[in-house]
Amino acid sequence: MSDYRIHGATGEWEVVIGLEVHAQVVSNAKLFSGAATAFGAEPNSQVSLVDAAMPGMLPVLNGECVRQAVRTGMAINAQINAWSRFDRKNYFYPDLPQGYQISQLYHPIVGEGEIEIELEGGATAKVGVERIHLEQDAGKMLHDQHPSMSYVDLNRSGVALMEIVSKPDMRSPEEAGAYVRKLRSILRYVGSCDGNMEQGSMRADVNVSVRKPGQPFGTRTETKNVNSVRFIMAAIEYEANRQVEVLEDGGTIVQETRLFDPDKGETRSLRSKEEAHDYRYFPDPDLLPVELSDAFLAECRESLPELPDAKRARYQDGLGLSAYAANVLTAEVETARWFEQLLAATGEEHAQRAANWVTSDLFGALNRLGRTIEDSPVSAAQAAELLTLTADGTLSGSLAKQVFEIMLETGQDPGAIVEERGLKQTSDTGAIEAVIAGILAANPGQLEQYRGGKEQLFGFFVGQTMKAMQGKANPAVVNELLKKALG
Amino acid sequence: MSVDTATVRHIAKLARIAVSDEEVAALEPELNNILGWIEQLQEVDVTGVEPMTAVIPNQLRLRDDVVNDGNKRDDVLANAPNAEHGFFAVPKVIE
Amino acid sequence: MSDLTDLTVAAIRDGVRDGAFSAREVATAFNANVEKGRALNAYVVETPDHALAAADAADAARASGDLKPLSGVPLGIKDLFATKGVQTTAGSNMLGGFEPVYESTVSGKLFEAGAGMLGKLNMDEFAMGSSNETSAYGPVISPWRRNDGGNAPLAPGGSSGGSASAVAARLCPGATGTDTGGSIRQPAAFVGISGIKPTYGRCSRWGVVAFASSLDQAGPMARDVRDCAILLEAMSGFDAKDSTSLNMPVPNWEAALSGDIRGKKIGIPKEYRIEGVPAEIDAVWQQGIERMRDAGAEIVEVSLPHTKYALPTYYIIAPAEASSNLARYDGVRYGKRSPGEGGIDGMYRATRHDGFGKEVKRRIMIGTYVLSAGFYDAYFNQAQKVRTLIARDFQKVFEQVDLILTPTAPSAAFALGDKTSDPLAMYLNDVFAVPASLAGLPAMSVPAGLDGQGLPLGLQLIGRAFDEQGVLDAGLALEERSTFTHRAEAWW
Ligand SMILES: [Mg+2]
Ligand SMILES: [Zn+2]
Repeated sequence: MSDYRIHGATGEWEVVIGLEVHAQVVSNAKLFSGAATAFGAEPNSQVSLVDAAMPGMLPVLNGECVRQAVRTGMAINAQINAWSRFDRKNYFYPDLPQGYQISQLYHPIVGEGEIEIELEGGATAKVGVERIHLEQDAGKMLHDQHPSMSYVDLNRSGVALMEIVSKPDMRSPEEAGAYVRKLRSILRYVGSCDGNMEQGSMRADVNVSVRKPGQPFGTRTETKNVNSVRFIMAAIEYEANRQVEVLEDGGTIVQETRLFDPDKGETRSLRSKEEAHDYRYFPDPDLLPVELSDAFLAECRESLPELPDAKRARYQDGLGLSAYAANVLTAEVETARWFEQLLAATGEEHAQRAANWVTSDLFGALNRLGRTIEDSPVSAAQAAELLTLTADGTLSGSLAKQVFEIMLETGQDPGAIVEERGLKQTSDTGAIEAVIAGILAANPGQLEQYRGGKEQLFGFFVGQTMKAMQGKANPAVVNELLKKALG
Repeated sequence: MSVDTATVRHIAKLARIAVSDEEVAALEPELNNILGWIEQLQEVDVTGVEPMTAVIPNQLRLRDDVVNDGNKRDDVLANAPNAEHGFFAVPKVIE
Repeated sequence: MSDLTDLTVAAIRDGVRDGAFSAREVATAFNANVEKGRALNAYVVETPDHALAAADAADAARASGDLKPLSGVPLGIKDLFATKGVQTTAGSNMLGGFEPVYESTVSGKLFEAGAGMLGKLNMDEFAMGSSNETSAYGPVISPWRRNDGGNAPLAPGGSSGGSASAVAARLCPGATGTDTGGSIRQPAAFVGISGIKPTYGRCSRWGVVAFASSLDQAGPMARDVRDCAILLEAMSGFDAKDSTSLNMPVPNWEAALSGDIRGKKIGIPKEYRIEGVPAEIDAVWQQGIERMRDAGAEIVEVSLPHTKYALPTYYIIAPAEASSNLARYDGVRYGKRSPGEGGIDGMYRATRHDGFGKEVKRRIMIGTYVLSAGFYDAYFNQAQKVRTLIARDFQKVFEQVDLILTPTAPSAAFALGDKTSDPLAMYLNDVFAVPASLAGLPAMSVPAGLDGQGLPLGLQLIGRAFDEQGVLDAGLALEERSTFTHRAEAWW
């Protein structure tokens, strides 16, 4: 794998990274109650009596959350456990109304799987997934609203999370970043998590240790709740260097929980509690084991979309796209979706042209406008029309670019723009011949030089002709007629 | 297995129950008495026996993913010892 | 007219239907008895208006011809059931003043069926106890007294002690109880009434303050077997809000009720003959066996080899579940809050110190301990395995027999304070009740006779899962033959 090393005073150190990603399951209602999961509601408005752990309230499992976890497991070729169970993780905190989190320790719903990541330079690597389990999210605490009180909002309390636990297979910040990006991509393809890291839909606990290459694993620290790919990579980098420094100074690494401070780019120890946590896990007696039928599992499998790896392979092998284009077009589900709408309208025989156009013209424009493909001002249908107008010779390449700019500004269909503004390319040989004749007449010097053997001047005549035709002449026809006229 | 006063205090801490010295002194023999009696379970041969998961054969049902609850903040806060601005208020937690 | 409060549930229902008296008369009579019986400390909240409103609705229903199954029947509701707008405390200071905004499924079903509520019944705190002495409201007193003239106040049993005392003293014709390890059957036996714990999952646990989720079951307590059948029918039924609820139709237990048990096989487990149990218990048991035989049943000696491990198993599993179920009482969202010192943890510790009583704290401590790091396998998992063995014992025996007959409790009612200083001695009172709880089986106590001190003794019938009918039928056969007509002298 990676040859990323930290160069310490005593030599090179290898970094070992494992990630526990908490991904919020896409569902209307919570894992064990019928309250809504939508982001940004008024405090305590999306709370059922179950979520508030009123006396006598009981959990009832949301089937969609189970389905999404199973589909996610299938998407990473993981072992699906048709028999799983929920356990209680007991601890006290004001954002945890029951005094326990319903989670899965002993029998998670998804077992071992694997994710392939793409690294710089086209290399790939595999990162093992240990397990995926379902669990409840906690509520939210606000500490800055009152001088002596903390406020508790239970809207998130009970929202379904998938905890996706990787094996300690990553060896560099880059690999960890690639893993999280790939995981996010898969989740979004599957539709089991929206991947929105700013809203906390995905956050990672980052486990880092260092060792001299070839040595056994060192003691790890866990940096909690890091919520962007950039921060995850920064936290690893900082933490690994910190650990090397401690070890080289003759110290030891304490297994502890740390926090990442994005402003300083540092991790710091959470005030180490005088006693270790003792979560007293045991099977939740309010729930029965989750037993999944073959029909349920079959539906999960059948409902899986084509996933990024398969799609990328198909784009390369089936559509003949370059590795780069296939990668870029499949990395995000929205891009792939948009591209496939485009292909459906143009026909797959135009795949390469379409891919080129999307990766250069469209992405360039979106970048410039600060937009994503989801809110692209040009629809896939409009783009298909534009590509068709180019393919059938109605528009030249430069005309197409002009039309595209107008589309971005006005949102109009390309056909209407061409019609309205008379931007059609002409292949009318008579008209072109007349223009060429005029240009040859106006530039006798260049003509003489050309005929004298300075063939580079051909481009000059093309340019002059196109300019005189206001860019609307079919370049192929111009070339042909010029050659004839220049003799 | 027997517990000493330190263990009694540790358990009380895990359970978030304040205990006075007298309470610890009273609890220690009581718990030891009960735990000593429970100890007899160790003599049961449970080789190959699965721990019970459901006392009566029954299948877990899965709920439809429908929002049919929530939106009852007043009910949720109705019995709160201290509620402010729609939140539960607790003594400040320092993170 | 004879005293309406002497009538059974069935007689009240029928009398209202036939116009022999009005539901309002019944409710008024019971409201008066509730007031008169305050010395028993059976009720912690009285709700005479609720009872009257239901009675008026019943009288109106009769006039319009749409009576419901329990129209005109006022009931007592154990304080473990959340009752909308009516204080629900589970007998604990922790929930002092707690008024649920919701109605438990079981109490809701009873009210739907036309019943009214006379009040909330006292109980052991969070249903943890066998004498009702752990209640924050003080002990319930049994209406019974020993015939030695000593007038020592006796325990009604627990945890449904308020329910037991109230039914026995005619402060209600029937009541709800809950049974985690004998809390319906043992108090029923102590006060000479009937009570049935149905198959685990028959009655929804939604809205019942949880003690030990895998064991808790609601059930009725009433004067006779028929009344238990009537009330259980109204309380039972599938509830989508309880994941452990049984999704099966509720049989018409009352309609099918029959004391004809000819040809049934009744098992007598030899492991229930334990040392130290008074001879009178054995005698009543023997008498019960004879009565079953007289009813045409075949008596079969059976073995439940893991019986002696049931109680220790129970005292691992129930406290473990309780330690977790009671973690929600943290002073944040409802109930008691003591500010304490030292921020949030100080608040937790003070609240839970002040809010919970001694026995509850003891059990939380035991439960916390058996689940804590390093002990899970040795205690909790071992107990769950032994629990499997106990359930298997029953399964095997039920291949040979239809029912099992045992004593309900190893003693008659004891005096208040007798066992409070020795928790273990108190726990041992549930030795016969706990095995059926661990196996989730339907089990019932019916009065069988009096001991030498003139105190009631009960016999327990345990049936196959889902066979409440078999249990009720055998209970009726026993009831018909024991003709238990004794009642406590009203001294209060
Ligand atoms: Mg973690
Ligand atoms: Zn987690």
